[in-house]
Amino acid sequence: MNWGGCGEAVIGDSRPPQSEGDTLPAMESDEGLLRRLRAGDEGAFVTLVERHNGAMLRLALSFVPSRAVAEEVVQDTWLAALRGLGAFAGRSSLKTWLFTILVNRARTTGVREARSVPIADAGPVVDASRFGPDGAWAAPPEHWIEEAESRIDAVKLSELLRIVLDTLPERQREVVLLRDVEELTSADVCQVLAISEANQRVLLHRGRAKLRRALETELGGAPR
Amino acid sequence: MRIWFPRLRARSRQPELVCQQVVELVTNYLEDALSAADRKRFERHLAGCPHCTEYLAQMRETIRLAGRVTAEDLTPGMRTDLTDLYRRWRAEG
Repeated sequence: MNWGGCGEAVIGDSRPPQSEGDTLPAMESDEGLLRRLRAGDEGAFVTLVERHNGAMLRLALSFVPSRAVAEEVVQDTWLAALRGLGAFAGRSSLKTWLFTILVNRARTTGVREARSVPIADAGPVVDASRFGPDGAWAAPPEHWIEEAESRIDAVKLSELLRIVLDTLPERQREVVLLRDVEELTSADVCQVLAISEANQRVLLHRGRAKLRRALETELGGAPR
Repeated sequence: MRIWFPRLRARSRQPELVCQQVVELVTNYLEDALSAADRKRFERHLAGCPHCTEYLAQMRETIRLAGRVTAEDLTPGMRTDLTDLYRRWRAEG
């Protein structure tokens, strides 16, 4: 994530800024930036763009066939957000609101919805061959958690997960992106994608299992 | 020889979970979407199964690592386009 705007003063917001632990400098909250944006501050808009544009582009790419179209969808979303600024009541986070607009735009732009997309692919998430006839592990998961920290560097691991994310079926990718990468709540994910909690869980389950399997293959040397 | 476990029998109305079922319930467990009874069965299995405990820990680690996947930085082209977009919107009144 691009933490553009770091170090700027937090204006009139008693809530602690969203940050990852204590390692990053205080970041102006979206709420503070929105107040400045409403007052006509172009710099606040640029900071919001720096903060959210990458995630929006990544999400858009899941819906539309090309980067050029994805960039258009993202720009449309920013324009719709600016025009709807007065109506945004802050009941959801700005990020969730932006994603909701984006998904609506992407779905009307994208060609994907024309095809029927199944909720989930069938079958178990861990191959049946790894269990004995009694349903107990025959080829149990190997340890790799410590390896994830030490054997290869974090950048390489992120790159691996990014590639695996791109190979997930779209619906699974969207849910995993929003839930685990963007860290939205399940209620927000359901709102953004207009799906039920149960569907969200099924998609999340399958997507996460594939990420885990990729890490196991990379780090654990377990059977593919 | 037959050993009678009266308490155990009275309690276990449902059969115990096996590993193959546990891995399919992991997300519902993490999402707190299991019934109280199923949650207990799930945790009872984990207590006696190091492999499923490992699997659950790996799912948690997977989620943590996914949270570190960053999006690409804003390209200069998009920054210019969006700044122009902002100025056009301002000009709209």
